Amino acid sequence: MQHFDAIVAGAGPAGSSAALAMARAGLQVALIERGEYPGAKNVSGAALYAPNLLADLLPEYWEEAPVERYLTRRVVTLLGQEAAVSLDFRTNHFSKPPYNGFTMLRPKFDRWLANKAEEAGALLISSTVVDDLLYKNERVAGVRCRRQDGDLYAPIVIAADGANSFLAKKAGLQHEFRGDEMTLGVKEVVRLDAHTIEERFNLNGDEGMTNEYVGYATGEVKGGGFLYTNRDTLSLGVVVQIASLAQKKMRAYELLDQFKQHPAIAPLVRDSVTLEYSAHMIPEGGWAMLPTLSRAGLMVAGDAAGFVFAAGLFLEGMNFAIASGLAAAATAQEAHANQDFSAESMARYRKQLESSFVLKDLKNFRHAPAFVNNERLQNVYPELLCETMENIFRSDGKPRRKIGRVVLNTMRGKVSLLTLLRDGWQAGRALLF
Amino acid sequence: MQPIEERLELVRFKVDKTPHIRLDREKCVGCDTTACVYVCPAGLFELLGGEMHFSYEHCLECGTCYVACDRKAIEWEYPRGGWGVSFRAS
Repeated sequence: MQHFDAIVAGAGPAGSSAALAMARAGLQVALIERGEYPGAKNVSGAALYAPNLLADLLPEYWEEAPVERYLTRRVVTLLGQEAAVSLDFRTNHFSKPPYNGFTMLRPKFDRWLANKAEEAGALLISSTVVDDLLYKNERVAGVRCRRQDGDLYAPIVIAADGANSFLAKKAGLQHEFRGDEMTLGVKEVVRLDAHTIEERFNLNGDEGMTNEYVGYATGEVKGGGFLYTNRDTLSLGVVVQIASLAQKKMRAYELLDQFKQHPAIAPLVRDSVTLEYSAHMIPEGGWAMLPTLSRAGLMVAGDAAGFVFAAGLFLEGMNFAIASGLAAAATAQEAHANQDFSAESMARYRKQLESSFVLKDLKNFRHAPAFVNNERLQNVYPELLCETMENIFRSDGKPRRKIGRVVLNTMRGKVSLLTLLRDGWQAGRALLF
Repeated sequence: MQPIEERLELVRFKVDKTPHIRLDREKCVGCDTTACVYVCPAGLFELLGGEMHFSYEHCLECGTCYVACDRKAIEWEYPRGGWGVSFRAS
Protein backbone atom coordinates (compact mmCIF):
# COMPACT_ATOMS: atom_id res chain seq x y z
CA MET A 1 0.00 0.00 0.00
CA GLN A 2 1.47 3.30 -1.06
CA HIS A 3 1.05 6.48 0.92
CA PHE A 4 1.56 10.05 -0.21
CA ASP A 5 0.88 13.46 1.29
CA ALA A 6 -1.25 14.34 -1.72
CA ILE A 7 -2.45 12.67 -4.91
CA VAL A 8 -3.29 14.64 -8.04
CA ALA A 9 -5.47 13.01 -10.72
CA GLY A 10 -4.67 14.52 -14.12
CA ALA A 11 -1.46 16.13 -15.36
CA GLY A 12 -2.96 19.06 -17.25
CA PRO A 13 -2.24 22.68 -16.29
CA ALA A 14 -4.33 22.47 -13.09
CA GLY A 15 -2.89 19.17 -11.86
CA SER A 16 0.73 19.83 -12.76
CA SER A 17 0.66 23.34 -11.23
CA ALA A 18 -0.78 21.87 -8.02
CA ALA A 19 1.78 19.05 -7.97
CA LEU A 20 4.65 21.45 -8.67
CA ALA A 21 3.64 23.84 -5.86
CA MET A 22 3.10 21.04 -3.33
CA ALA A 23 6.35 19.29 -4.21
CA ARG A 24 8.25 22.56 -3.86
CA ALA A 25 6.69 22.91 -0.39
CA GLY A 26 8.16 19.55 0.56
CA LEU A 27 5.07 17.34 0.26
CA GLN A 28 5.25 13.81 -1.17
CA VAL A 29 3.07 14.04 -4.26
CA ALA A 30 1.81 11.51 -6.81
CA LEU A 31 0.71 12.99 -10.14
CA ILE A 32 -1.35 10.50 -12.14
CA GLU A 33 -2.03 10.85 -15.87
CA ARG A 34 -4.12 8.55 -18.07
CA GLY A 35 -2.39 9.51 -21.31
CA GLU A 36 0.83 7.83 -22.40
CA TYR A 37 2.37 11.25 -21.71
CA PRO A 38 0.91 14.41 -20.16
CA GLY A 39 -0.92 16.36 -22.87
CA ALA A 40 -1.75 13.28 -24.96
CA LYS A 41 -5.46 13.69 -24.21
CA ASN A 42 -5.56 17.46 -23.98
CA VAL A 43 -6.84 19.99 -26.48
CA SER A 44 -7.24 23.77 -26.24
CA GLY A 45 -7.19 26.65 -28.74
CA ALA A 46 -4.61 27.03 -27.29
CA ALA A 47 -3.94 30.43 -25.75
CA LEU A 48 -2.55 30.77 -22.23
CA TYR A 49 -3.48 34.11 -20.72
CA ALA A 50 -2.04 35.64 -17.54
CA PRO A 51 1.30 33.90 -18.02
CA ASN A 52 2.59 35.66 -14.87
CA LEU A 53 0.65 33.14 -12.73
CA LEU A 54 3.33 30.48 -13.06
CA ALA A 55 6.26 32.87 -12.85
CA ASP A 56 6.50 32.78 -9.04
CA LEU A 57 7.33 29.08 -9.21
CA LEU A 58 9.10 29.16 -12.56
CA PRO A 59 10.73 32.59 -13.05
CA GLU A 60 10.95 33.61 -16.71
CA TYR A 61 9.75 30.15 -17.74
CA TRP A 62 8.79 31.46 -21.19
CA GLU A 63 12.50 31.47 -22.06
CA GLU A 64 12.60 27.66 -21.97
CA ALA A 65 8.96 26.52 -22.09
CA PRO A 66 7.54 25.30 -25.40
CA VAL A 67 5.37 28.36 -26.03
CA GLU A 68 4.69 29.31 -29.64
CA ARG A 69 4.08 33.08 -29.94
CA TYR A 70 3.32 35.90 -27.51
CA LEU A 71 0.03 37.66 -28.19
CA THR A 72 0.11 41.27 -29.33
CA ARG A 73 -2.84 41.17 -31.73
CA ARG A 74 -6.40 40.24 -30.75
CA VAL A 75 -9.12 40.21 -33.37
CA VAL A 76 -12.86 39.65 -32.97
CA THR A 77 -14.78 39.05 -36.18
CA LEU A 78 -18.51 39.01 -36.87
CA LEU A 79 -19.10 36.73 -39.81
CA GLY A 80 -21.94 37.03 -42.27
CA GLN A 81 -22.53 34.40 -44.90
CA GLU A 82 -20.22 36.13 -47.37
CA ALA A 83 -18.88 39.09 -45.47
CA ALA A 84 -17.06 39.93 -42.25
CA VAL A 85 -16.64 42.87 -39.87
CA SER A 86 -13.66 42.82 -37.51
CA LEU A 87 -12.39 44.66 -34.51
CA ASP A 88 -8.64 44.40 -34.86
CA PHE A 89 -6.55 45.36 -31.86
CA ARG A 90 -2.77 45.37 -31.50
CA THR A 91 -0.41 46.80 -28.93
CA ASN A 92 3.29 46.87 -28.23
CA HIS A 93 2.49 46.92 -24.52
CA PHE A 94 1.91 43.17 -24.58
CA SER A 95 5.26 42.44 -26.18
CA LYS A 96 7.44 42.49 -23.06
CA PRO A 97 7.81 39.96 -20.20
CA PRO A 98 5.76 38.69 -18.43
CA TYR A 99 3.63 39.15 -21.58
CA ASN A 100 -0.16 39.02 -21.73
CA GLY A 101 -0.61 35.61 -23.30
CA PHE A 102 0.97 32.91 -25.42
CA THR A 103 -0.22 30.47 -28.01
CA MET A 104 0.92 26.92 -27.40
CA LEU A 105 0.39 23.28 -28.30
CA ARG A 106 -0.84 21.23 -25.38
CA PRO A 107 1.01 17.94 -25.95
CA LYS A 108 4.29 19.90 -25.76
CA PHE A 109 3.41 22.38 -23.03
CA ASP A 110 1.62 19.97 -20.70
CA ARG A 111 4.47 17.51 -20.92
CA TRP A 112 6.96 20.27 -20.10
CA LEU A 113 4.94 21.50 -17.09
CA ALA A 114 4.48 17.96 -15.72
CA ASN A 115 8.23 17.45 -16.03
CA LYS A 116 8.74 20.59 -13.93
CA ALA A 117 6.57 19.02 -11.21
CA GLU A 118 8.65 15.86 -11.54
CA GLU A 119 11.91 17.83 -11.21
CA ALA A 120 10.52 19.37 -8.03
CA GLY A 121 10.07 15.89 -6.59
CA ALA A 122 6.54 14.81 -7.56
CA LEU A 123 6.13 11.22 -8.74
CA LEU A 124 4.61 11.29 -12.24
CA ILE A 125 2.67 8.11 -13.03
CA SER A 126 1.58 8.15 -16.69
CA SER A 127 -0.56 5.65 -18.65
CA THR A 128 -2.75 5.22 -15.57
CA VAL A 129 -6.47 5.85 -15.23
CA VAL A 130 -7.88 6.87 -11.85
CA ASP A 131 -11.19 5.01 -11.71
CA ASP A 132 -12.48 5.93 -8.30
CA LEU A 133 -11.87 7.56 -4.95
CA LEU A 134 -11.13 5.63 -1.76
CA TYR A 135 -12.83 6.66 1.46
CA LYS A 136 -12.17 6.29 5.16
CA ASN A 137 -15.01 7.40 7.45
CA GLU A 138 -16.68 9.50 4.74
CA ARG A 139 -13.38 11.21 4.01
CA VAL A 140 -11.61 10.87 0.70
CA ALA A 141 -8.45 8.96 1.56
CA GLY A 142 -6.95 7.97 -1.77
CA VAL A 143 -7.58 6.82 -5.32
CA ARG A 144 -8.15 3.51 -7.09
CA CYS A 145 -6.11 3.24 -10.29
CA ARG A 146 -6.94 0.80 -13.07
CA ARG A 147 -3.86 -1.38 -12.63
CA GLN A 148 -2.52 -4.04 -10.33
CA ASP A 149 -1.96 -2.81 -6.76
CA GLY A 150 -3.56 0.40 -7.93
CA ASP A 151 -4.80 1.67 -4.57
CA LEU A 152 -2.86 4.76 -3.54
CA TYR A 153 -3.51 6.59 -0.28
CA ALA A 154 -3.19 10.22 0.76
CA PRO A 155 -5.10 12.51 3.12
CA ILE A 156 -5.62 14.90 0.18
CA VAL A 157 -6.73 14.18 -3.38
CA ILE A 158 -6.96 16.89 -6.04
CA ALA A 159 -9.30 15.95 -8.88
CA ALA A 160 -7.89 17.69 -11.95
CA ASP A 161 -9.25 15.03 -14.26
CA GLY A 162 -10.58 17.32 -16.95
CA ALA A 163 -13.91 18.28 -18.51
CA ASN A 164 -15.56 14.90 -18.03
CA SER A 165 -14.47 14.71 -14.36
CA PHE A 166 -15.87 11.35 -13.37
CA LEU A 167 -14.22 11.85 -9.97
CA ALA A 168 -16.19 15.02 -9.17
CA LYS A 169 -19.39 13.17 -10.12
CA LYS A 170 -18.49 10.06 -8.14
CA ALA A 171 -17.77 12.23 -5.10
CA GLY A 172 -21.23 13.75 -5.45
CA LEU A 173 -19.88 17.23 -6.16
CA GLN A 174 -20.97 17.64 -9.80
CA HIS A 175 -24.26 16.87 -11.57
CA GLU A 176 -24.67 14.89 -14.80
CA PHE A 177 -23.96 17.34 -17.63
CA ARG A 178 -26.65 18.72 -19.90
CA GLY A 179 -26.09 19.43 -23.57
CA ASP A 180 -26.83 23.13 -23.13
CA GLU A 181 -24.03 23.74 -20.62
CA MET A 182 -21.28 21.90 -22.48
CA THR A 183 -19.69 22.73 -25.81
CA LEU A 184 -17.70 20.62 -28.24
CA GLY A 185 -14.55 22.04 -29.78
CA VAL A 186 -13.09 20.53 -32.94
CA LYS A 187 -9.77 21.74 -34.20
CA GLU A 188 -7.13 21.35 -36.85
CA VAL A 189 -3.48 22.23 -36.62
CA VAL A 190 -2.21 23.18 -40.07
CA ARG A 191 1.37 23.77 -41.16
CA LEU A 192 2.44 27.05 -42.73
CA ASP A 193 6.00 28.33 -42.62
CA ALA A 194 6.85 30.98 -40.02
CA HIS A 195 7.62 33.66 -42.59
CA THR A 196 4.26 33.22 -44.34
CA ILE A 197 2.48 33.40 -40.97
CA GLU A 198 4.26 36.64 -40.09
CA GLU A 199 3.46 38.18 -43.49
CA ARG A 200 -0.13 36.95 -43.62
CA PHE A 201 -1.04 38.05 -40.11
CA ASN A 202 1.03 41.24 -39.83
CA LEU A 203 3.31 39.96 -37.11
CA ASN A 204 6.91 40.79 -36.24
CA GLY A 205 9.20 37.97 -35.15
CA ASP A 206 7.65 35.96 -32.32
CA GLU A 207 4.46 38.03 -32.08
CA GLY A 208 1.20 36.13 -32.35
CA MET A 209 -2.50 36.77 -32.76
CA THR A 210 -5.81 35.23 -31.83
CA ASN A 211 -8.94 35.70 -33.89
CA GLU A 212 -12.36 34.75 -32.51
CA TYR A 213 -15.35 34.52 -34.85
CA VAL A 214 -19.04 34.92 -34.03
CA GLY A 215 -22.02 34.54 -36.33
CA TYR A 216 -21.92 32.50 -39.52
CA ALA A 217 -18.77 30.72 -38.29
CA THR A 218 -20.97 27.80 -37.21
CA GLY A 219 -23.96 28.24 -39.50
CA GLU A 220 -27.16 28.20 -37.46
CA VAL A 221 -25.62 26.19 -34.65
CA LYS A 222 -24.81 28.10 -31.47
CA GLY A 223 -21.08 28.57 -31.23
CA GLY A 224 -18.11 30.32 -32.75
CA GLY A 225 -14.83 29.83 -34.52
CA PHE A 226 -11.20 30.57 -33.73
CA LEU A 227 -7.89 30.90 -35.50
CA TYR A 228 -4.62 31.26 -33.59
CA THR A 229 -1.07 31.62 -34.87
CA ASN A 230 1.66 29.29 -33.61
CA ARG A 231 5.33 29.36 -34.62
CA ASP A 232 4.96 27.48 -37.89
CA THR A 233 1.42 26.21 -37.62
CA LEU A 234 -2.08 27.64 -37.25
CA SER A 235 -4.67 26.29 -34.83
CA LEU A 236 -8.21 26.73 -36.08
CA GLY A 237 -11.55 25.27 -35.20
CA VAL A 238 -15.13 25.70 -34.16
CA VAL A 239 -16.72 25.45 -30.73
CA VAL A 240 -20.41 24.51 -30.68
CA GLN A 241 -23.06 24.00 -28.04
CA ILE A 242 -23.82 20.27 -27.85
CA ALA A 243 -27.60 20.66 -27.48
CA SER A 244 -27.76 23.02 -30.46
CA LEU A 245 -25.64 20.70 -32.61
CA ALA A 246 -28.01 17.80 -31.86
CA GLN A 247 -31.09 19.95 -32.44
CA LYS A 248 -29.91 21.27 -35.81
CA LYS A 249 -28.63 17.81 -36.75
CA MET A 250 -25.28 19.18 -37.89
CA ARG A 251 -21.84 17.64 -37.64
CA ALA A 252 -19.04 19.65 -36.08
CA TYR A 253 -16.42 18.60 -38.65
CA GLU A 254 -18.69 19.73 -41.47
CA LEU A 255 -19.05 23.11 -39.76
CA LEU A 256 -15.26 23.21 -39.54
CA ASP A 257 -15.07 22.58 -43.29
CA GLN A 258 -17.55 25.39 -43.93
CA PHE A 259 -15.59 27.67 -41.63
CA LYS A 260 -12.35 26.96 -43.49
CA GLN A 261 -14.05 27.70 -46.80
CA HIS A 262 -15.57 31.00 -45.69
CA PRO A 263 -14.28 33.84 -47.93
CA ALA A 264 -12.81 35.58 -44.86
CA ILE A 265 -10.94 32.45 -43.66
CA ALA A 266 -9.94 30.64 -46.84
CA PRO A 267 -7.14 33.09 -47.82
CA LEU A 268 -5.69 32.81 -44.31
CA VAL A 269 -5.25 29.03 -44.50
CA ARG A 270 -4.39 28.84 -48.20
CA ASP A 271 -1.68 26.29 -49.09
CA SER A 272 -1.52 25.00 -45.53
CA VAL A 273 -1.21 21.29 -44.78
CA THR A 274 -3.34 19.73 -42.05
CA LEU A 275 -1.20 17.96 -39.45
CA GLU A 276 -3.78 16.80 -36.94
CA TYR A 277 -7.47 16.86 -36.14
CA SER A 278 -8.66 16.85 -32.53
CA ALA A 279 -11.75 17.32 -30.38
CA HIS A 280 -12.55 18.07 -26.76
CA MET A 281 -15.53 18.91 -24.59
CA ILE A 282 -15.55 22.32 -22.85
CA PRO A 283 -17.55 23.16 -19.71
CA GLU A 284 -18.75 26.58 -20.88
CA GLY A 285 -21.76 26.84 -18.57
CA GLY A 286 -19.80 29.07 -16.21
CA TRP A 287 -21.13 30.17 -12.84
CA ALA A 288 -24.45 28.34 -13.29
CA MET A 289 -22.83 24.91 -13.49
CA LEU A 290 -20.19 25.26 -10.80
CA PRO A 291 -19.86 22.09 -8.74
CA THR A 292 -19.28 21.94 -5.01
CA LEU A 293 -15.53 22.51 -4.98
CA SER A 294 -14.41 20.38 -2.06
CA ARG A 295 -15.26 17.88 0.66
CA ALA A 296 -13.15 16.25 3.37
CA GLY A 297 -9.92 15.14 1.71
CA LEU A 298 -10.85 16.31 -1.81
CA MET A 299 -10.61 19.42 -3.98
CA VAL A 300 -11.66 19.83 -7.63
CA ALA A 301 -9.58 22.04 -9.97
CA GLY A 302 -9.42 23.20 -13.60
CA ASP A 303 -11.89 21.96 -16.22
CA ALA A 304 -13.05 19.34 -13.72
CA ALA A 305 -14.50 22.22 -11.70
CA GLY A 306 -15.90 23.93 -14.80
CA PHE A 307 -13.36 26.77 -14.57
CA VAL A 308 -13.76 28.00 -18.13
CA PHE A 309 -14.35 31.66 -18.82
CA ALA A 310 -16.35 31.92 -22.03
CA ALA A 311 -17.70 35.44 -22.31
CA GLY A 312 -17.68 36.32 -25.98
CA LEU A 313 -14.62 38.54 -26.05
CA PHE A 314 -12.83 36.17 -23.68
CA LEU A 315 -12.28 32.45 -24.05
CA GLU A 316 -9.96 31.37 -21.26
CA GLY A 317 -9.34 28.17 -19.35
CA MET A 318 -5.71 27.34 -18.76
CA ASN A 319 -5.07 30.40 -16.59
CA PHE A 320 -8.12 29.43 -14.52
CA ALA A 321 -6.77 25.89 -14.31
CA ILE A 322 -3.33 27.04 -13.15
CA ALA A 323 -4.72 29.50 -10.58
CA SER A 324 -7.10 26.87 -9.16
CA GLY A 325 -4.31 24.27 -9.04
CA LEU A 326 -2.12 26.70 -7.12
CA ALA A 327 -4.98 27.56 -4.72
CA ALA A 328 -5.61 23.84 -4.11
CA ALA A 329 -1.88 23.37 -3.43
CA ALA A 330 -1.85 26.23 -0.93
CA THR A 331 -4.90 24.77 0.83
CA ALA A 332 -3.20 21.36 0.94
CA GLN A 333 -0.05 22.84 2.49
CA GLU A 334 -2.08 24.58 5.17
CA ALA A 335 -4.06 21.41 5.86
CA HIS A 336 -0.82 19.48 6.30
CA ALA A 337 0.61 22.17 8.57
CA ASN A 338 -2.50 21.91 10.78
CA GLN A 339 -2.97 18.17 10.20
CA ASP A 340 -6.59 19.00 9.46
CA PHE A 341 -8.16 17.42 6.37
CA SER A 342 -11.78 18.00 7.34
CA ALA A 343 -14.43 19.50 5.08
CA GLU A 344 -13.96 22.84 6.88
CA SER A 345 -10.23 22.79 6.22
CA MET A 346 -10.75 21.97 2.52
CA ALA A 347 -13.38 24.71 2.24
CA ARG A 348 -10.53 27.26 2.46
CA TYR A 349 -9.91 26.36 -1.17
CA ARG A 350 -13.16 28.03 -2.22
CA LYS A 351 -12.40 31.08 -0.06
CA GLN A 352 -9.08 31.48 -1.86
CA LEU A 353 -10.74 31.22 -5.25
CA GLU A 354 -13.37 33.75 -4.22
CA SER A 355 -10.69 36.32 -3.59
CA SER A 356 -8.91 35.55 -6.86
CA PHE A 357 -9.98 36.19 -10.45
CA VAL A 358 -11.16 32.58 -10.77
CA LEU A 359 -14.50 32.95 -9.01
CA LYS A 360 -14.64 36.75 -9.27
CA ASP A 361 -14.59 36.69 -13.08
CA LEU A 362 -17.00 33.76 -13.32
CA LYS A 363 -19.41 35.53 -10.97
CA ASN A 364 -19.11 39.04 -12.40
CA PHE A 365 -19.64 37.74 -15.93
CA ARG A 366 -22.24 35.13 -14.96
CA HIS A 367 -24.78 36.50 -17.47
CA ALA A 368 -22.31 36.17 -20.34
CA PRO A 369 -23.00 32.53 -21.34
CA ALA A 370 -26.71 33.28 -21.90
CA PHE A 371 -25.82 36.41 -23.89
CA VAL A 372 -23.29 34.54 -26.03
CA ASN A 373 -25.97 31.95 -26.83
CA ASN A 374 -28.56 34.59 -27.72
CA GLU A 375 -30.15 33.41 -30.97
CA ARG A 376 -29.91 36.87 -32.54
CA LEU A 377 -26.30 37.47 -31.52
CA GLN A 378 -25.56 34.16 -33.23
CA ASN A 379 -27.68 34.37 -36.34
CA VAL A 380 -29.05 37.87 -36.92
CA TYR A 381 -26.77 40.68 -35.80
CA PRO A 382 -23.51 39.60 -37.48
CA GLU A 383 -25.27 39.28 -40.86
CA LEU A 384 -27.09 42.56 -40.22
CA LEU A 385 -23.89 44.40 -39.40
CA CYS A 386 -22.22 43.01 -42.52
CA GLU A 387 -25.18 44.14 -44.62
CA THR A 388 -25.12 47.58 -43.04
CA MET A 389 -21.42 47.98 -43.78
CA GLU A 390 -22.02 46.79 -47.31
CA ASN A 391 -24.78 49.38 -47.77
CA ILE A 392 -22.59 52.11 -46.31
CA PHE A 393 -19.61 51.28 -48.52
CA ARG A 394 -21.56 50.41 -51.69
CA SER A 395 -20.56 52.73 -54.49
CA ASP A 396 -22.92 52.54 -57.44
CA GLY A 397 -23.07 56.04 -58.83
CA LYS A 398 -26.27 56.89 -56.95
CA PRO A 399 -26.54 59.63 -54.30
CA ARG A 400 -25.52 58.45 -50.82
CA ARG A 401 -27.97 58.47 -47.96
CA LYS A 402 -26.78 59.50 -44.52
CA ILE A 403 -25.62 56.64 -42.34
CA GLY A 404 -28.49 56.73 -39.80
CA ARG A 405 -30.97 56.18 -42.64
CA VAL A 406 -28.90 53.34 -44.10
CA VAL A 407 -28.83 51.61 -40.69
CA LEU A 408 -32.59 51.94 -40.18
CA ASN A 409 -33.35 50.73 -43.71
CA THR A 410 -31.10 47.69 -43.31
CA MET A 411 -32.68 46.79 -39.98
CA ARG A 412 -36.26 47.10 -41.24
CA GLY A 413 -38.17 43.84 -41.09
CA LYS A 414 -35.27 41.98 -39.53
CA VAL A 415 -35.21 43.19 -35.98
CA SER A 416 -37.39 45.67 -34.10
CA LEU A 417 -35.94 48.59 -32.22
CA LEU A 418 -37.42 47.20 -29.00
CA THR A 419 -35.71 43.82 -29.46
CA LEU A 420 -32.48 45.60 -30.27
CA LEU A 421 -32.75 47.63 -27.06
CA ARG A 422 -33.55 44.52 -25.03
CA ASP A 423 -30.55 42.66 -26.48
CA GLY A 424 -28.42 45.74 -25.92
CA TRP A 425 -29.42 45.68 -22.28
CA GLN A 426 -28.57 41.96 -22.07
CA ALA A 427 -25.19 42.62 -23.67
CA GLY A 428 -24.54 45.43 -21.23
CA ARG A 429 -25.47 43.33 -18.22
CA ALA A 430 -23.27 40.48 -19.51
CA LEU A 431 -20.16 42.47 -20.29
CA LEU A 432 -20.31 46.20 -19.57
CA PHE A 433 -21.72 47.04 -16.15
CA MET B 1 -16.17 18.45 -47.73
CA GLN B 2 -13.32 16.36 -46.42
CA PRO B 3 -14.42 12.85 -45.37
CA ILE B 4 -14.01 12.37 -41.63
CA GLU B 5 -12.02 9.15 -42.20
CA GLU B 6 -9.33 11.21 -43.95
CA ARG B 7 -9.08 13.53 -40.95
CA LEU B 8 -8.86 10.61 -38.53
CA GLU B 9 -5.95 9.15 -40.50
CA LEU B 10 -3.89 12.05 -39.13
CA VAL B 11 -4.55 11.03 -35.53
CA ARG B 12 -2.56 8.47 -33.56
CA PHE B 13 -4.60 5.72 -31.90
CA LYS B 14 -3.45 2.78 -29.82
CA VAL B 15 -6.50 0.57 -29.98
CA ASP B 16 -7.34 -1.65 -27.02
CA LYS B 17 -9.11 -4.96 -27.57
CA THR B 18 -11.96 -4.13 -25.21
CA PRO B 19 -14.23 -1.22 -26.16
CA HIS B 20 -14.55 1.66 -23.71
CA ILE B 21 -17.98 2.57 -25.11
CA ARG B 22 -21.03 0.42 -24.53
CA LEU B 23 -24.44 0.96 -26.07
CA ASP B 24 -27.68 -0.24 -24.52
CA ARG B 25 -29.54 -0.80 -27.81
CA GLU B 26 -32.84 -1.43 -26.07
CA LYS B 27 -32.82 2.19 -24.99
CA CYS B 28 -32.18 3.25 -28.59
CA VAL B 29 -35.41 1.68 -29.87
CA GLY B 30 -37.69 4.42 -31.18
CA CYS B 31 -35.11 7.18 -30.72
CA ASP B 32 -35.73 9.86 -33.34
CA THR B 33 -33.18 12.45 -32.23
CA THR B 34 -30.18 10.12 -32.84
CA ALA B 35 -28.01 12.86 -31.35
CA CYS B 36 -24.95 10.59 -31.19
CA VAL B 37 -24.88 10.31 -34.99
CA TYR B 38 -24.54 14.09 -35.35
CA VAL B 39 -22.54 15.19 -32.32
CA CYS B 40 -19.69 12.64 -32.40
CA PRO B 41 -16.69 14.54 -33.85
CA ALA B 42 -15.29 11.27 -35.20
CA GLY B 43 -18.56 10.15 -36.80
CA LEU B 44 -18.49 6.85 -34.92
CA PHE B 45 -22.25 6.30 -34.68
CA GLU B 46 -24.33 5.17 -37.60
CA LEU B 47 -27.95 4.11 -37.96
CA LEU B 48 -28.02 1.04 -40.20
CA GLY B 49 -31.30 -0.72 -41.00
CA GLY B 50 -33.01 0.89 -38.03
CA GLU B 51 -30.33 -0.24 -35.58
CA MET B 52 -27.62 1.96 -34.06
CA HIS B 53 -24.08 0.82 -34.72
CA PHE B 54 -20.87 2.30 -33.43
CA SER B 55 -17.14 1.78 -33.40
CA TYR B 56 -14.80 2.83 -30.60
CA GLU B 57 -11.43 2.49 -32.32
CA HIS B 58 -11.15 6.10 -33.50
CA CYS B 59 -12.76 7.73 -30.48
CA LEU B 60 -11.27 11.16 -29.73
CA GLU B 61 -12.39 10.75 -26.09
CA CYS B 62 -14.32 13.99 -25.76
CA GLY B 63 -17.42 12.52 -24.06
CA THR B 64 -19.90 14.47 -26.19
CA CYS B 65 -21.93 11.35 -27.13
CA TYR B 66 -23.00 10.41 -23.62
CA VAL B 67 -23.79 14.04 -22.74
CA ALA B 68 -25.96 14.46 -25.86
CA CYS B 69 -27.83 11.14 -25.53
CA ASP B 70 -31.16 11.99 -23.90
CA ARG B 71 -31.92 8.29 -23.32
CA LYS B 72 -28.71 7.66 -21.39
CA ALA B 73 -28.04 4.68 -23.63
CA ILE B 74 -24.29 5.26 -23.88
CA GLU B 75 -21.99 4.00 -21.20
CA TRP B 76 -18.65 5.67 -21.67
CA GLU B 77 -15.44 5.39 -19.72
CA TYR B 78 -11.81 6.26 -20.33
CA PRO B 79 -9.80 3.65 -22.21
CA ARG B 80 -7.12 1.80 -20.27
CA GLY B 81 -4.20 4.03 -19.26
CA GLY B 82 -1.86 4.77 -22.18
CA TRP B 83 -4.37 3.44 -24.75
CA GLY B 84 -6.75 5.26 -27.04
CA VAL B 85 -5.99 8.57 -28.68
CA SER B 86 -2.64 10.36 -28.31
CA PHE B 87 -2.62 13.89 -29.65
CA ARG B 88 0.80 14.99 -30.84
CA ALA B 89 0.41 18.30 -32.62
CA SER B 90 -2.68 19.92 -31.08
